Amino acid sequence: MLIKIRDHCAATEQEITPKELYLNRREIIAGASSAAIGIGTAAITMPFEAPEARAAKATKIFESVTRNSAFDVKEKLTPEKDVTSYNNFYEFGTDKEDPKRLSAGFHTKPWKLIIEGECDKPASIELDDFIKPQKLEERIYRLRCVEAWSMVIPWIGFPLADVIKAAKPNSKAKYVAFTTLQNQEQMPGQKHPILDWPYREGLRLDEALHPLTFLAVGLYGEVLPNQNGAPLRLVVPWKYGFKSIKSIVKISFTSTQPKTTWNMMAPEEYGFYSNVNPKVDHPRWTQARERRIGELFKRDTLMFNGYEQVASLYQGMDLKKDY
Amino acid sequence: MPLTIKQKLLLTKMLLGAILMVPLGMLITGFFTDNLGANPVEKMTHVTGDWALRILLISLAVTPMQRLFKWRKIILYRRLLGLLAFFYALLHFSVYLIFDQELNFADTLTDIKKRPYILLGTIALGLMIPLALTSTDRMIRRLGAKKWKKIHKSVYLVCLLAITHYWWLVKADISLPAFYLLIFSSLMVLRLNATRKSHKDAPAKTPPQ
Repeated sequence: MLIKIRDHCAATEQEITPKELYLNRREIIAGASSAAIGIGTAAITMPFEAPEARAAKATKIFESVTRNSAFDVKEKLTPEKDVTSYNNFYEFGTDKEDPKRLSAGFHTKPWKLIIEGECDKPASIELDDFIKPQKLEERIYRLRCVEAWSMVIPWIGFPLADVIKAAKPNSKAKYVAFTTLQNQEQMPGQKHPILDWPYREGLRLDEALHPLTFLAVGLYGEVLPNQNGAPLRLVVPWKYGFKSIKSIVKISFTSTQPKTTWNMMAPEEYGFYSNVNPKVDHPRWTQARERRIGELFKRDTLMFNGYEQVASLYQGMDLKKDY
Repeated sequence: MPLTIKQKLLLTKMLLGAILMVPLGMLITGFFTDNLGANPVEKMTHVTGDWALRILLISLAVTPMQRLFKWRKIILYRRLLGLLAFFYALLHFSVYLIFDQELNFADTLTDIKKRPYILLGTIALGLMIPLALTSTDRMIRRLGAKKWKKIHKSVYLVCLLAITHYWWLVKADISLPAFYLLIFSSLMVLRLNATRKSHKDAPAKTPPQ
């Protein structure tokens, strides 16, 4: 039992609780209640905090978000400081440490999201209004970068499928294309023609509808840091990290396979699918092993990054050809 | 007591060596204090590789600088620079061997054969070995200046291979390897100009038979 001390500056419970401790407790609560109710999800609440205090911090920290234990990988989480300081986000520089530094002044409010293309319910919507009706949940996913390193991250967000269903794609819709914001003032990396800006990614409609495919608005219980793709990013855990496009401004339904940034840059190195596959090497380096951030030596990479449940999406396909 | 010329030289060489050991010192302290960022192995690989190439380029700049600035004595530091570049290249390879390949030599060989950029890097390191071995005064005397010079010309190839090795492994942002290539090419142009000039100034040779 924690002993609560209110000091003169009235720090709230969460502010004085070390993140590790608070997460541990959340895990315990999550585990206990899910066992008790016997369902996949468990409510995680902060039992010591007044609702008013919670509302005041609503923009900073996600409260009473449920962890979906069906998507918990039961592996050690990558420390938050590593998740938020080691990033590939070329819009803010090509060094891993650049995005944290260069995205400090990035404005994510207001933020307009456009949903368009082959669908019955296109929309141009302010992001807050878009997120409000969504049922947020926490999911712990492995993230495998194409550069052969990996992390385990607790994301907060909602399934992309929910968004797609609401947009009502028509019969011509076969793919979903995503676009990152293009704004040189705000994203200094875009001043250099390193990639063909804006960054673009895409999924086949069935991939996009898969229950694993996630839109994240937070991580580690907090609003998504800018360097991690604020305010809205995709998380597709069985594909290499670059498929999980950041700072999304547009989602469109298309009838043909959309162009994707890394594939345009080097098609022989980065396929449209880019599923994590230890048997298909990158032309320049091996994908059989990976370095988990926080570990010195490498470990074996798993097929589909360990998410074998997606295998049926690719039945009958030659994954050496459709890499 | 004033220092002799020899003592002064030794002192400045030690100073230069100490300065160029700073990156290694920072890596070692960073490793043990957990200050190398999220991916310490990647950091070690990058820092050792970067410094190997940088010091190699500095060593190649010695002769042009000697000519440009009429700084005769700078040549006395070239060997030390070359050896330090070799030292960092060796560290660079060791990090790869230990942390990426876990000292599995069969796997390493497969990897080297399969990955062109690793092959180029390994060749560059391999070509540096004879240069390091023949860097002693005794070896220079034994080989004779002419032969020694000929052997050591391969340093240009080493440098070009190292830059290509770097260029080949980056994903998209080639600005740094391109910068190194620019420096290398500038040094080459300076050298060629100097050689041409010295040929012109030299007395006419006997015509070929």
